Amino acid sequence: MNSEQPDGPGRDRPETRDAAEEPEARGTPVGRRVLLGTLGLGALGVVAAPTLQRGLEAFLGSAADKDPTGLTGLLPNGGGFRYYSVASSVPRKNADTYQLTVDGLVDTPRTYSLADLRALPQTRMVKDVQCVTGWRVPGTPFEGVRLSRLLDAAGVRPTAGAVRFTCFDGTYTESLTLEQARRADVLVALRMQDKNLSHSHGGPVRLYVAPMYFYKSAKWLSGITLTEDVRPGYWEKRGYDIDAWVGRSNGRDDEPTS
Amino acid sequence: MSLRADTPAPTRIRRFGRAERWVHRTTAFLMGVCVVTAACLYVPQFAELVGRRELVVRIHEWAGLALPVPVLAGLASRAFRADVRFLNRFGPHDRVWLRAALRRDRRPEARPAGKFNAGQKVYAAWIAGATLVMLGTGLIMWFTHLTPLMWRTSATFVHDWLALTIGIVLAGHIGMALGDPEARRGMRTGSVSREWAEREHPLWRP
Repeated sequence: MNSEQPDGPGRDRPETRDAAEEPEARGTPVGRRVLLGTLGLGALGVVAAPTLQRGLEAFLGSAADKDPTGLTGLLPNGGGFRYYSVASSVPRKNADTYQLTVDGLVDTPRTYSLADLRALPQTRMVKDVQCVTGWRVPGTPFEGVRLSRLLDAAGVRPTAGAVRFTCFDGTYTESLTLEQARRADVLVALRMQDKNLSHSHGGPVRLYVAPMYFYKSAKWLSGITLTEDVRPGYWEKRGYDIDAWVGRSNGRDDEPTS
Repeated sequence: MSLRADTPAPTRIRRFGRAERWVHRTTAFLMGVCVVTAACLYVPQFAELVGRRELVVRIHEWAGLALPVPVLAGLASRAFRADVRFLNRFGPHDRVWLRAALRRDRRPEARPAGKFNAGQKVYAAWIAGATLVMLGTGLIMWFTHLTPLMWRTSATFVHDWLALTIGIVLAGHIGMALGDPEARRGMRTGSVSREWAEREHPLWRP
Protein backbone atom coordinates (compact mmCIF):
# COMPACT_ATOMS: atom_id res chain seq x y z
CA MET A 1 0.00 0.00 0.00
CA ASN A 2 3.03 2.28 -0.09
CA SER A 3 2.62 2.82 -3.79
CA GLU A 4 2.45 6.58 -3.35
CA GLN A 5 6.09 6.54 -2.30
CA PRO A 6 7.80 7.72 -5.44
CA ASP A 7 11.22 6.36 -4.59
CA GLY A 8 10.47 3.03 -2.99
CA PRO A 9 13.20 0.42 -3.09
CA GLY A 10 13.59 -1.24 -6.45
CA ARG A 11 11.18 1.16 -8.14
CA ASP A 12 11.81 4.10 -10.33
CA ARG A 13 9.34 6.90 -10.88
CA PRO A 14 6.62 5.22 -12.92
CA GLU A 15 4.87 8.36 -14.23
CA THR A 16 7.91 10.04 -15.72
CA ARG A 17 9.02 6.84 -17.35
CA ASP A 18 5.56 5.93 -18.62
CA ALA A 19 5.01 9.30 -20.18
CA ALA A 20 8.08 8.79 -22.32
CA GLU A 21 7.58 5.17 -23.32
CA GLU A 22 3.85 4.47 -23.40
CA PRO A 23 2.60 4.46 -26.99
CA GLU A 24 -0.33 6.72 -26.12
CA ALA A 25 1.68 9.37 -24.34
CA ARG A 26 1.86 11.55 -27.46
CA GLY A 27 -1.34 10.34 -29.10
CA THR A 28 -4.31 12.39 -30.26
CA PRO A 29 -6.55 13.71 -27.47
CA VAL A 30 -9.59 11.74 -28.69
CA GLY A 31 -10.89 11.40 -25.12
CA ARG A 32 -11.24 15.15 -24.80
CA ARG A 33 -13.06 15.29 -28.14
CA VAL A 34 -15.48 12.54 -27.12
CA LEU A 35 -16.19 14.38 -23.84
CA LEU A 36 -16.74 17.74 -25.54
CA GLY A 37 -18.79 16.04 -28.26
CA THR A 38 -21.06 14.48 -25.63
CA LEU A 39 -21.48 17.89 -23.98
CA GLY A 40 -22.29 19.44 -27.35
CA LEU A 41 -24.86 16.74 -28.13
CA GLY A 42 -26.43 17.34 -24.72
CA ALA A 43 -26.75 21.06 -25.41
CA LEU A 44 -28.11 20.33 -28.88
CA GLY A 45 -30.61 17.95 -27.28
CA VAL A 46 -31.88 20.72 -25.01
CA VAL A 47 -32.28 23.07 -27.98
CA ALA A 48 -33.99 20.46 -30.16
CA ALA A 49 -36.06 18.99 -27.30
CA PRO A 50 -39.46 20.55 -28.16
CA THR A 51 -39.35 19.11 -31.70
CA LEU A 52 -37.94 15.74 -30.63
CA GLN A 53 -40.44 15.45 -27.78
CA ARG A 54 -43.46 16.05 -30.03
CA GLY A 55 -42.26 13.43 -32.48
CA LEU A 56 -41.50 10.86 -29.80
CA GLU A 57 -44.80 11.38 -28.01
CA ALA A 58 -46.67 10.78 -31.25
CA PHE A 59 -44.58 7.73 -32.10
CA LEU A 60 -44.54 6.14 -28.64
CA GLY A 61 -48.21 6.95 -28.12
CA SER A 62 -49.14 4.90 -31.18
CA ALA A 63 -46.60 2.19 -30.31
CA ALA A 64 -48.03 1.90 -26.78
CA ASP A 65 -51.44 1.01 -28.24
CA LYS A 66 -49.93 -2.07 -29.88
CA ASP A 67 -47.53 -2.99 -27.07
CA PRO A 68 -48.84 -5.90 -24.98
CA THR A 69 -45.87 -5.80 -22.55
CA GLY A 70 -46.52 -2.25 -21.38
CA LEU A 71 -42.78 -1.55 -21.52
CA THR A 72 -43.28 1.56 -23.65
CA GLY A 73 -45.03 3.08 -20.64
CA LEU A 74 -41.70 3.04 -18.81
CA LEU A 75 -39.93 5.08 -21.51
CA PRO A 76 -39.75 8.85 -21.15
CA ASN A 77 -42.71 10.44 -22.97
CA GLY A 78 -44.22 6.95 -23.22
CA GLY A 79 -47.55 8.30 -22.07
CA GLY A 80 -49.71 7.25 -19.16
CA PHE A 81 -49.76 8.12 -15.49
CA ARG A 82 -46.76 8.28 -13.17
CA TYR A 83 -47.11 7.18 -9.56
CA TYR A 84 -46.14 9.81 -6.98
CA SER A 85 -46.53 9.36 -3.25
CA VAL A 86 -45.07 11.58 -0.55
CA ALA A 87 -45.71 9.10 2.28
CA SER A 88 -43.55 6.11 3.17
CA SER A 89 -46.46 3.72 2.87
CA VAL A 90 -50.15 4.13 2.30
CA PRO A 91 -52.74 1.98 4.09
CA ARG A 92 -55.29 0.23 1.91
CA LYS A 93 -58.97 1.01 2.41
CA ASN A 94 -61.95 -0.80 0.97
CA ALA A 95 -65.74 -0.51 1.08
CA ASP A 96 -65.77 -1.73 4.69
CA THR A 97 -63.00 0.45 6.09
CA TYR A 98 -63.20 3.63 4.01
CA GLN A 99 -64.67 6.80 5.57
CA LEU A 100 -64.90 10.38 4.36
CA THR A 101 -65.65 13.09 6.92
CA VAL A 102 -66.96 16.57 6.18
CA ASP A 103 -66.46 18.94 9.10
CA GLY A 104 -65.15 22.34 10.15
CA LEU A 105 -67.31 25.41 9.56
CA VAL A 106 -70.46 23.48 8.66
CA ASP A 107 -73.89 23.15 10.29
CA THR A 108 -73.99 19.34 10.17
CA PRO A 109 -70.68 17.46 10.08
CA ARG A 110 -71.04 14.12 8.33
CA THR A 111 -69.21 10.91 7.69
CA TYR A 112 -69.73 9.03 4.43
CA SER A 113 -69.01 5.40 3.74
CA LEU A 114 -68.12 4.27 0.23
CA ALA A 115 -71.67 2.93 -0.18
CA ASP A 116 -73.08 6.34 0.90
CA LEU A 117 -71.02 8.08 -1.77
CA ARG A 118 -72.02 5.54 -4.43
CA ALA A 119 -75.69 6.11 -3.60
CA LEU A 120 -75.43 9.82 -4.47
CA PRO A 121 -75.90 11.10 -8.05
CA GLN A 122 -72.72 10.55 -10.07
CA THR A 123 -71.16 12.90 -12.59
CA ARG A 124 -68.84 11.67 -15.36
CA MET A 125 -66.44 13.87 -17.30
CA VAL A 126 -63.70 13.17 -19.82
CA LYS A 127 -60.80 15.62 -19.86
CA ASP A 128 -57.03 15.70 -20.16
CA VAL A 129 -54.91 15.24 -17.04
CA GLN A 130 -51.92 17.58 -16.85
CA CYS A 131 -49.12 17.06 -14.33
CA VAL A 132 -47.01 20.02 -13.33
CA THR A 133 -43.88 17.97 -14.13
CA GLY A 134 -44.92 17.89 -17.78
CA TRP A 135 -46.72 14.65 -18.57
CA ARG A 136 -50.25 14.82 -19.90
CA VAL A 137 -52.74 12.01 -20.34
CA PRO A 138 -55.43 12.84 -22.87
CA GLY A 139 -59.14 12.10 -22.51
CA THR A 140 -59.30 10.46 -19.09
CA PRO A 141 -62.80 9.71 -17.72
CA PHE A 142 -63.45 10.52 -14.06
CA GLU A 143 -66.71 9.79 -12.29
CA GLY A 144 -67.97 10.68 -8.84
CA VAL A 145 -69.98 13.03 -6.64
CA ARG A 146 -69.76 16.78 -7.20
CA LEU A 147 -67.95 18.31 -4.24
CA SER A 148 -70.51 21.12 -4.18
CA ARG A 149 -73.22 18.55 -3.42
CA LEU A 150 -71.38 17.35 -0.29
CA LEU A 151 -70.76 20.95 0.78
CA ASP A 152 -74.45 21.85 0.39
CA ALA A 153 -75.50 18.75 2.31
CA ALA A 154 -73.29 19.78 5.22
CA GLY A 155 -74.49 23.39 5.19
CA VAL A 156 -71.50 25.71 4.81
CA ARG A 157 -71.46 28.52 7.37
CA PRO A 158 -71.08 32.10 6.09
CA THR A 159 -67.68 32.48 7.81
CA ALA A 160 -66.16 29.68 5.70
CA GLY A 161 -63.96 30.81 2.83
CA ALA A 162 -61.91 27.76 1.93
CA VAL A 163 -61.85 23.96 1.91
CA ARG A 164 -59.01 21.86 3.23
CA PHE A 165 -58.51 18.25 2.14
CA THR A 166 -56.71 15.59 4.14
CA CYS A 167 -55.72 12.10 3.05
CA PHE A 168 -55.42 8.74 4.72
CA ASP A 169 -51.77 8.43 3.65
CA GLY A 170 -51.34 10.60 6.75
CA THR A 171 -49.23 13.25 5.00
CA TYR A 172 -50.77 14.82 1.93
CA THR A 173 -53.00 17.87 2.17
CA GLU A 174 -54.64 20.14 -0.37
CA SER A 175 -56.86 23.19 -0.36
CA LEU A 176 -59.21 25.19 -2.55
CA THR A 177 -61.06 28.44 -2.07
CA LEU A 178 -64.76 27.90 -1.47
CA GLU A 179 -65.49 29.41 -4.86
CA GLN A 180 -63.13 26.97 -6.59
CA ALA A 181 -64.51 24.04 -4.58
CA ARG A 182 -68.06 24.82 -5.72
CA ARG A 183 -67.16 24.54 -9.42
CA ALA A 184 -69.08 21.92 -11.36
CA ASP A 185 -65.82 20.31 -12.59
CA VAL A 186 -64.57 19.44 -9.10
CA LEU A 187 -65.46 15.91 -8.04
CA VAL A 188 -65.04 13.53 -5.17
CA ALA A 189 -64.07 10.80 -7.63
CA LEU A 190 -64.90 7.11 -7.18
CA ARG A 191 -64.07 5.92 -10.67
CA MET A 192 -61.33 6.67 -13.18
CA GLN A 193 -60.94 5.33 -16.73
CA ASP A 194 -64.37 3.72 -16.18
CA LYS A 195 -63.05 1.46 -13.43
CA ASN A 196 -63.27 1.76 -9.66
CA LEU A 197 -60.30 3.82 -8.48
CA SER A 198 -57.39 1.49 -7.75
CA HIS A 199 -55.14 1.98 -4.76
CA SER A 200 -52.24 3.29 -6.84
CA HIS A 201 -54.47 5.91 -8.45
CA GLY A 202 -55.60 7.10 -4.99
CA GLY A 203 -58.55 4.77 -4.49
CA PRO A 204 -61.07 4.11 -3.28
CA VAL A 205 -61.78 7.86 -3.30
CA ARG A 206 -59.74 10.82 -4.55
CA LEU A 207 -60.33 14.45 -5.29
CA TYR A 208 -60.55 15.47 -8.96
CA VAL A 209 -60.01 19.15 -9.74
CA ALA A 210 -60.33 19.17 -13.52
CA PRO A 211 -59.09 22.70 -14.33
CA MET A 212 -55.94 22.51 -12.20
CA TYR A 213 -52.58 20.73 -12.24
CA PHE A 214 -52.95 17.18 -11.03
CA TYR A 215 -51.30 17.70 -7.63
CA LYS A 216 -54.53 19.46 -6.61
CA SER A 217 -56.40 16.18 -7.19
CA ALA A 218 -55.41 14.67 -3.85
CA LYS A 219 -55.29 10.89 -3.74
CA TRP A 220 -56.68 8.76 -0.86
CA LEU A 221 -59.09 11.50 0.22
CA SER A 222 -60.36 11.07 3.78
CA GLY A 223 -61.29 14.50 5.11
CA ILE A 224 -62.99 17.67 3.87
CA THR A 225 -62.76 20.55 6.34
CA LEU A 226 -64.29 23.99 5.86
CA THR A 227 -61.92 26.73 7.05
CA GLU A 228 -61.90 30.54 7.06
CA ASP A 229 -58.83 30.94 4.86
CA VAL A 230 -56.88 28.80 2.44
CA ARG A 231 -54.13 26.79 4.11
CA PRO A 232 -51.34 25.81 1.71
CA GLY A 233 -51.20 22.09 0.94
CA TYR A 234 -48.23 19.72 0.93
CA TRP A 235 -46.59 20.75 -2.35
CA GLU A 236 -47.70 24.36 -1.96
CA LYS A 237 -45.57 24.66 1.17
CA ARG A 238 -42.75 23.48 -1.10
CA GLY A 239 -43.14 26.17 -3.71
CA TYR A 240 -46.01 25.15 -5.99
CA ASP A 241 -48.84 27.57 -6.70
CA ILE A 242 -52.02 27.35 -4.61
CA ASP A 243 -54.23 28.53 -7.48
CA ALA A 244 -52.94 25.89 -9.84
CA TRP A 245 -54.91 26.59 -13.06
CA VAL A 246 -53.50 24.55 -15.91
CA GLY A 247 -51.65 26.89 -18.26
CA ARG A 248 -51.86 29.91 -15.95
CA SER A 249 -49.68 28.94 -12.97
CA ASN A 250 -46.38 27.38 -11.92
CA GLY A 251 -44.67 29.22 -14.79
CA ARG A 252 -46.15 26.83 -17.35
CA ASP A 253 -48.16 27.44 -20.50
CA ASP A 254 -49.91 24.10 -21.08
CA GLU A 255 -53.24 24.06 -22.82
CA PRO A 256 -56.08 24.35 -20.25
CA THR A 257 -57.74 21.06 -19.32
CA SER A 258 -61.22 22.36 -18.40
CA MET B 1 -0.61 -17.71 -1.65
CA SER B 2 2.09 -17.92 1.05
CA LEU B 3 4.45 -19.50 -1.48
CA ARG B 4 3.89 -16.68 -3.89
CA ALA B 5 4.38 -14.04 -1.18
CA ASP B 6 7.81 -15.47 -0.41
CA THR B 7 8.97 -15.36 -4.02
CA PRO B 8 11.19 -12.34 -4.57
CA ALA B 9 10.30 -11.70 -8.25
CA PRO B 10 6.77 -10.28 -8.12
CA THR B 11 4.18 -11.92 -10.34
CA ARG B 12 1.76 -9.16 -9.36
CA ILE B 13 1.98 -5.87 -11.17
CA ARG B 14 0.92 -2.60 -9.68
CA ARG B 15 -1.98 -1.17 -11.72
CA PHE B 16 -3.78 1.36 -9.54
CA GLY B 17 -2.65 3.38 -6.55
CA ARG B 18 -4.80 4.43 -3.64
CA ALA B 19 -5.99 7.64 -5.34
CA GLU B 20 -7.33 5.92 -8.48
CA ARG B 21 -9.07 3.22 -6.49
CA TRP B 22 -10.76 5.69 -4.16
CA VAL B 23 -11.85 7.90 -7.03
CA HIS B 24 -13.41 4.84 -8.67
CA ARG B 25 -15.00 3.62 -5.44
CA THR B 26 -16.60 6.93 -4.45
CA THR B 27 -17.72 7.72 -8.00
CA ALA B 28 -19.26 4.25 -8.30
CA PHE B 29 -21.04 4.71 -4.97
CA LEU B 30 -22.44 8.14 -5.90
CA MET B 31 -23.47 6.89 -9.35
CA GLY B 32 -25.17 3.93 -7.66
CA VAL B 33 -27.11 6.27 -5.37
CA CYS B 34 -28.16 8.35 -8.40
CA VAL B 35 -29.33 5.26 -10.30
CA VAL B 36 -31.23 3.72 -7.36
CA THR B 37 -32.96 6.97 -6.37
CA ALA B 38 -33.74 7.67 -10.04
CA ALA B 39 -35.41 4.27 -10.31
CA CYS B 40 -37.45 5.05 -7.18
CA LEU B 41 -38.58 8.33 -8.70
CA TYR B 42 -39.24 7.02 -12.15
CA VAL B 43 -40.35 3.37 -12.23
CA PRO B 44 -43.92 3.21 -10.90
CA GLN B 45 -43.43 -0.11 -9.09
CA PHE B 46 -40.40 1.18 -7.16
CA ALA B 47 -42.07 4.54 -6.53
CA GLU B 48 -45.00 2.70 -5.01
CA LEU B 49 -42.68 0.59 -2.87
CA VAL B 50 -40.61 3.48 -1.52
CA GLY B 51 -42.81 6.58 -1.56
CA ARG B 52 -41.18 9.45 0.41
CA ARG B 53 -40.82 11.44 -2.80
CA GLU B 54 -39.47 14.60 -1.17
CA LEU B 55 -36.63 12.73 0.59
CA VAL B 56 -35.72 10.63 -2.47
CA VAL B 57 -35.52 13.79 -4.61
CA ARG B 58 -33.18 15.45 -2.08
CA ILE B 59 -30.84 12.42 -2.00
CA HIS B 60 -30.83 12.23 -5.81
CA GLU B 61 -29.99 15.92 -6.16
CA TRP B 62 -27.13 15.90 -3.66
CA ALA B 63 -25.63 12.64 -4.94
CA GLY B 64 -25.73 14.08 -8.46
CA LEU B 65 -24.09 17.31 -7.36
CA ALA B 66 -21.34 15.37 -5.59
CA LEU B 67 -20.74 13.00 -8.51
CA PRO B 68 -17.87 14.97 -10.18
CA VAL B 69 -16.17 15.71 -6.84
CA PRO B 70 -14.08 12.49 -6.52
CA VAL B 71 -12.57 12.97 -10.00
CA LEU B 72 -11.82 16.64 -9.31
CA ALA B 73 -10.25 15.74 -5.96
CA GLY B 74 -8.32 12.93 -7.65
CA LEU B 75 -6.58 15.46 -9.90
CA ALA B 76 -4.45 16.32 -6.88
CA SER B 77 -2.78 12.90 -7.31
CA ARG B 78 0.01 12.60 -9.84
CA ALA B 79 -0.85 8.94 -10.52
CA PHE B 80 -4.48 9.81 -11.22
CA ARG B 81 -3.48 12.64 -13.55
CA ALA B 82 -1.24 10.20 -15.42
CA ASP B 83 -4.19 7.81 -15.84
CA VAL B 84 -6.41 10.63 -17.10
CA ARG B 85 -3.70 11.43 -19.66
CA PHE B 86 -3.58 7.78 -20.78
CA LEU B 87 -7.37 7.75 -21.10
CA ASN B 88 -7.33 10.92 -23.15
CA ARG B 89 -4.60 10.08 -25.66
CA PHE B 90 -5.33 7.65 -28.50
CA GLY B 91 -2.53 6.00 -30.44
CA PRO B 92 -2.65 4.07 -33.76
CA HIS B 93 -3.14 0.81 -31.83
CA ASP B 94 -6.43 2.13 -30.43
CA ARG B 95 -7.82 2.37 -33.94
CA VAL B 96 -6.82 -1.29 -34.48
CA TRP B 97 -8.55 -2.24 -31.21
CA LEU B 98 -11.77 -0.40 -32.09
CA ARG B 99 -11.87 -1.96 -35.56
CA ALA B 100 -11.43 -5.43 -34.04
CA ALA B 101 -14.19 -4.67 -31.56
CA LEU B 102 -16.54 -3.67 -34.40
CA ARG B 103 -15.70 -6.93 -36.22
CA ARG B 104 -16.21 -8.83 -32.90
CA ASP B 105 -12.70 -10.16 -33.29
CA ARG B 106 -11.80 -11.42 -29.81
CA ARG B 107 -8.26 -12.66 -30.46
CA PRO B 108 -5.81 -10.93 -28.08
CA GLU B 109 -3.41 -10.14 -30.93
CA ALA B 110 -6.19 -8.23 -32.68
CA ARG B 111 -6.71 -6.07 -29.60
CA PRO B 112 -3.53 -4.13 -28.83
CA ALA B 113 -3.89 -1.91 -25.77
CA GLY B 114 -1.79 0.22 -23.46
CA LYS B 115 -2.70 0.69 -19.82
CA PHE B 116 -6.29 1.22 -20.98
CA ASN B 117 -7.84 -0.26 -24.09
CA ALA B 118 -9.70 1.91 -26.58
CA GLY B 119 -13.08 0.76 -25.27
CA GLN B 120 -12.22 1.85 -21.76
CA LYS B 121 -11.01 5.20 -23.10
CA VAL B 122 -14.19 5.86 -25.06
CA TYR B 123 -16.29 4.80 -22.09
CA ALA B 124 -14.40 7.07 -19.67
CA ALA B 125 -14.71 10.11 -21.94
CA TRP B 126 -18.36 9.49 -22.74
CA ILE B 127 -19.48 8.86 -19.16
CA ALA B 128 -17.63 12.00 -18.03
CA GLY B 129 -19.40 14.08 -20.68
CA ALA B 130 -22.75 12.43 -19.99
CA THR B 131 -22.36 13.08 -16.25
CA LEU B 132 -21.78 16.76 -16.94
CA VAL B 133 -24.85 16.92 -19.21
CA MET B 134 -26.90 15.23 -16.46
CA LEU B 135 -25.51 17.74 -13.95
CA GLY B 136 -26.37 20.72 -16.16
CA THR B 137 -29.89 19.57 -17.03
CA GLY B 138 -30.41 18.46 -13.42
CA LEU B 139 -29.51 21.91 -12.13
CA ILE B 140 -31.98 23.50 -14.56
CA MET B 141 -34.69 21.19 -13.18
CA TRP B 142 -33.64 21.80 -9.59
CA PHE B 143 -33.40 25.61 -9.61
CA THR B 144 -36.51 26.28 -11.62
CA HIS B 145 -36.39 30.04 -11.25
CA LEU B 146 -32.98 30.34 -12.94
CA THR B 147 -34.16 29.58 -16.46
CA PRO B 148 -37.36 30.08 -18.46
CA LEU B 149 -39.95 27.33 -18.49
CA MET B 150 -39.09 26.16 -22.01
CA TRP B 151 -35.60 25.27 -20.82
CA ARG B 152 -36.92 23.28 -17.89
CA THR B 153 -39.13 21.11 -20.08
CA SER B 154 -36.29 20.60 -22.56
CA ALA B 155 -33.82 19.82 -19.78
CA THR B 156 -36.24 17.22 -18.38
CA PHE B 157 -36.46 15.62 -21.82
CA VAL B 158 -32.67 15.33 -22.17
CA HIS B 159 -32.26 14.24 -18.52
CA ASP B 160 -34.82 11.42 -18.93
CA TRP B 161 -33.47 9.99 -22.18
CA LEU B 162 -29.82 10.33 -21.24
CA ALA B 163 -30.58 8.62 -17.89
CA LEU B 164 -31.93 5.66 -19.81
CA THR B 165 -28.84 5.60 -22.05
CA ILE B 166 -26.47 5.86 -19.09
CA GLY B 167 -28.34 3.01 -17.40
CA ILE B 168 -27.72 0.75 -20.40
CA VAL B 169 -24.06 1.75 -20.82
CA LEU B 170 -23.43 1.39 -17.09
CA ALA B 171 -24.93 -2.09 -17.15
CA GLY B 172 -22.46 -2.92 -19.94
CA HIS B 173 -19.56 -1.54 -17.88
CA ILE B 174 -20.56 -3.60 -14.84
CA GLY B 175 -21.27 -6.66 -16.98
CA MET B 176 -17.80 -6.54 -18.51
CA ALA B 177 -16.22 -6.16 -15.08
CA LEU B 178 -18.20 -9.17 -13.85
CA GLY B 179 -16.78 -11.16 -16.76
CA ASP B 180 -13.16 -10.31 -15.88
CA PRO B 181 -12.26 -11.16 -12.25
CA GLU B 182 -8.63 -10.09 -12.71
CA ALA B 183 -9.66 -6.62 -13.89
CA ARG B 184 -11.88 -6.36 -10.80
CA ARG B 185 -9.00 -7.52 -8.59
CA GLY B 186 -6.89 -4.75 -10.11
CA MET B 187 -9.45 -2.14 -9.14
CA ARG B 188 -9.98 -3.68 -5.70
CA THR B 189 -6.42 -4.43 -4.58
CA GLY B 190 -4.39 -2.27 -6.93
CA SER B 191 -2.39 -5.07 -8.59
CA VAL B 192 -2.93 -7.60 -11.35
CA SER B 193 -1.20 -10.78 -12.48
CA ARG B 194 1.59 -10.45 -15.04
CA GLU B 195 -0.12 -12.92 -17.41
CA TRP B 196 -3.31 -10.89 -17.39
CA ALA B 197 -1.44 -7.65 -18.03
CA GLU B 198 0.51 -9.16 -20.92
CA ARG B 199 -2.62 -10.67 -22.46
CA GLU B 200 -5.04 -7.76 -22.01
CA HIS B 201 -2.68 -4.77 -22.10
CA PRO B 202 0.40 -5.86 -24.08
CA LEU B 203 1.57 -2.29 -24.76
CA TRP B 204 1.30 -1.23 -21.12
CA ARG B 205 4.72 -0.55 -19.51
CA PRO B 206 4.09 -0.57 -15.76
